Amino acid sequence: MLDATPQAGSPRSEPLLSAVSISKRYGDFLANDRIDLDLFPAEIHALLGENGAGKSTLVKVMYGLIQPSGGELRWMAKKVVLSGPSEARALGIGMVFQHFTLFENLTVAENVALGLPSTESFAAISERREKTARVYGLPLEPKREVWRLSGGERQRIEIVRALLQNPKLLILDEPTSVLTPQEADLLFVVLERLKSEGRAVLYISHKLEEVKRLCDTATILRGGKKVLTCNPRRETAASLARMMVGGEVGEVKAASGRSVARPRLVVDKLSLAPDDPHGTYLEEVSLAVCGGEVVGIAGVSGNGQDELFAALSGERRAPAQAAIVIDGKPAGLLGVTERRRMGAAFVPEERLGHGTAPRMKLSENALLTGHAASGMVKKGFIDKLATLVHVDRTTKSFDVRKAKRDPEAVSLSGGNLQKFVVGREILREPGVLVVSQPTWGVDAGAAAVIRQALIDLAGRGAAVLVISQDLDELAEIADRIAVMFHGRLSAPLDAAEATREKLGLLMGGARPERAAEEQGTKHAIGA
Amino acid sequence: MPETLINIFHLIFSESFILTVVTASTPLLLASSGELVVERSGVLNLGVEGMMIVGAACGFAGAWTSGSILVGALFGVVAGAALSGVFGILTLGLAVNQVATGLALTIFGVGLSGLIGAKFVGERIVPASHLHLPVLTDIPGVGRILFGEDPFVYVSVALLIGIWLFLYRSRSGLVLRAVGDNHASAHALGYPVLRIRMLAVLFGGGCAGLAGAYLPLAYTPFFIPGMTSGRGWIALALVVFASWRPGRLVIGAYLFGAVSILGLALQPLQLGIPQQVMNMLPYLATVVVLVLISRTRGTAGSAAPASLGSVFVPDR
Repeated sequence: MLDATPQAGSPRSEPLLSAVSISKRYGDFLANDRIDLDLFPAEIHALLGENGAGKSTLVKVMYGLIQPSGGELRWMAKKVVLSGPSEARALGIGMVFQHFTLFENLTVAENVALGLPSTESFAAISERREKTARVYGLPLEPKREVWRLSGGERQRIEIVRALLQNPKLLILDEPTSVLTPQEADLLFVVLERLKSEGRAVLYISHKLEEVKRLCDTATILRGGKKVLTCNPRRETAASLARMMVGGEVGEVKAASGRSVARPRLVVDKLSLAPDDPHGTYLEEVSLAVCGGEVVGIAGVSGNGQDELFAALSGERRAPAQAAIVIDGKPAGLLGVTERRRMGAAFVPEERLGHGTAPRMKLSENALLTGHAASGMVKKGFIDKLATLVHVDRTTKSFDVRKAKRDPEAVSLSGGNLQKFVVGREILREPGVLVVSQPTWGVDAGAAAVIRQALIDLAGRGAAVLVISQDLDELAEIADRIAVMFHGRLSAPLDAAEATREKLGLLMGGARPERAAEEQGTKHAIGA
Repeated sequence: MPETLINIFHLIFSESFILTVVTASTPLLLASSGELVVERSGVLNLGVEGMMIVGAACGFAGAWTSGSILVGALFGVVAGAALSGVFGILTLGLAVNQVATGLALTIFGVGLSGLIGAKFVGERIVPASHLHLPVLTDIPGVGRILFGEDPFVYVSVALLIGIWLFLYRSRSGLVLRAVGDNHASAHALGYPVLRIRMLAVLFGGGCAGLAGAYLPLAYTPFFIPGMTSGRGWIALALVVFASWRPGRLVIGAYLFGAVSILGLALQPLQLGIPQQVMNMLPYLATVVVLVLISRTRGTAGSAAPASLGSVFVPDR
């Protein structure tokens, strides 16, 4: 069993793990620049920072996955060199990764066993697994293959696997990004319990409210450097955000005087089998997006959003012409180019590889989506100048920062490339825009620019459909929000009545009427 | 016409036909068993044909020089493993593209085997003797099929059972499957991805070498250049056919063995089908089966190891 000795009696005694002046250099790029960090027993420590601030690099060093270029780690005041994760685990460091380190085609039990030393028998592991799962309230289905499981269930496997090693320090990398708000609450209960058992928890996040609620200490990184360590409960979300970003974050203003006109994008009972064996079936998805409004689709990833995007964009054809209607014309059987000619535009989730060809220049990438309807092709020949003009216009309107006029797509930072990809479509003034995860992995400044542009596009009469996992984002820009779960789409809720709680229940698969009921009961208990 | 069908029926279930099928299937089973392990670890080695033919040349050389079939077989195993070692160093150590390297390995192997085998062409050896158990082998009908085969046949069956036990009943097998499924995760958990893959590649090479050696040591008692005649490619297709499962591999190997013998066996019946068409049968069957598999893939779920063929470079 887990027999960590509670050390809550002697707080702030001695750090369990200290990172002393850790640096990590990749070529010219300093991912970590002399970072100091002390982790204490019985403490939940937040590591805050934007994408690219160096959080993941730092924890990989702490877990022995990569070697620091400078500085050292001290475990209970003694210098240690971790040449691999197994050494970190032997010390008592456990880790739950953001992109899970699970094996999709293996069962839950096999996945758990793989995380443990080979000296223990399979039967003994099973017994301990059951016990841990029960004690911490993390139920698992050992015989199921991982690819059948949701993000929350996968995370449970990772946590149980880490706990079976009885770690003194547990590192969690962005653990709530795959969870519904309710699942996140359950996770927090587990983490509080680990803390009360005297374990140290390092919690990586960029969600400020979460950190304020859960964490005792927060260390903020920016651009590979440590900004400071503070008590997050004494800070406001705004002050933490300022420290993360290093300046004020622009606020998104709702467009005024928008009139919702006729529906411009209609999906009617769209059912579609996935082409990937691990994909999700779309089941009778229906939706109408009117000109002048932004509709959001929330949901934990892997519930059919990718399949829906592919069906809307025409990457996969719908079974019937009438299943998708763009501006009054049936388009279900048409391809991507034909749909673009009808005034639709699409921004997929992955900006490198799907949204752009990484090694092609921006002008060439502009041509890739603009060739059908933007006058960049004349009599079968590319009008090079027109493509460059398009790049220049996008650059100017969306503040895309780049080293030269027409660089390769891959050389841009995530935020700048995303501004380019979104801007490329918006400048064509589409009547219908479908965009997936518009600000995923984008710094706060760029995110604000993109969100404002989406709202403004709707303000000019376009129908905008945003697929996003980020509830805060949807609350900020969407007029109506629908939730995707297991390939089904709920009826959209007006943004005003779409509380986190309601959406969270829908994201977890509750049916709307039941969601309302459960909420009722909850309030009754609360009162 | 019905008479012809009855004749074919009699032929297919005759002892002599089944015995020939077993000998034709054994090299396919040996080579594809090894490749199955390699691909389960996430490596695609297209050099099976090359390793087989080098195994055949070295196996014959070993047996001819020493006069022992066992020594010959060991030569074949070592030669196949050595060649796959080159493949492993290139694709795992230096992260070279696996498809290109595998193809190059086959071309290289064909040339090398010609060089090694040149002075043995025209020589003969005494082929591997068949098992003979006093009473059992003499049971009419099944005796010779079950208890009168050459030792390679029993080795191939034992090997396959061993692979099944290893993959599904041992921890090391679980780790191997994990590495093939997601090498990044296996690395993050602290498993030595490249070392595990190297061992799998060497094992696969040894199996291919043994499969090649079977041809001059038991199938025909002499060596001719190019005597593997595409069996390595069929072995590769068999792994896909079996959807990376050892159980299905047996069925596939014996099915293909039967198809390849059928043309020869039907010759005396004078069916009026050109011999060239009959010779095409195993290859046509390969293509047809692969097409059928990819058509049913959508519903059955892909069994391919998820990192198959992708290069892994640990970030440090």
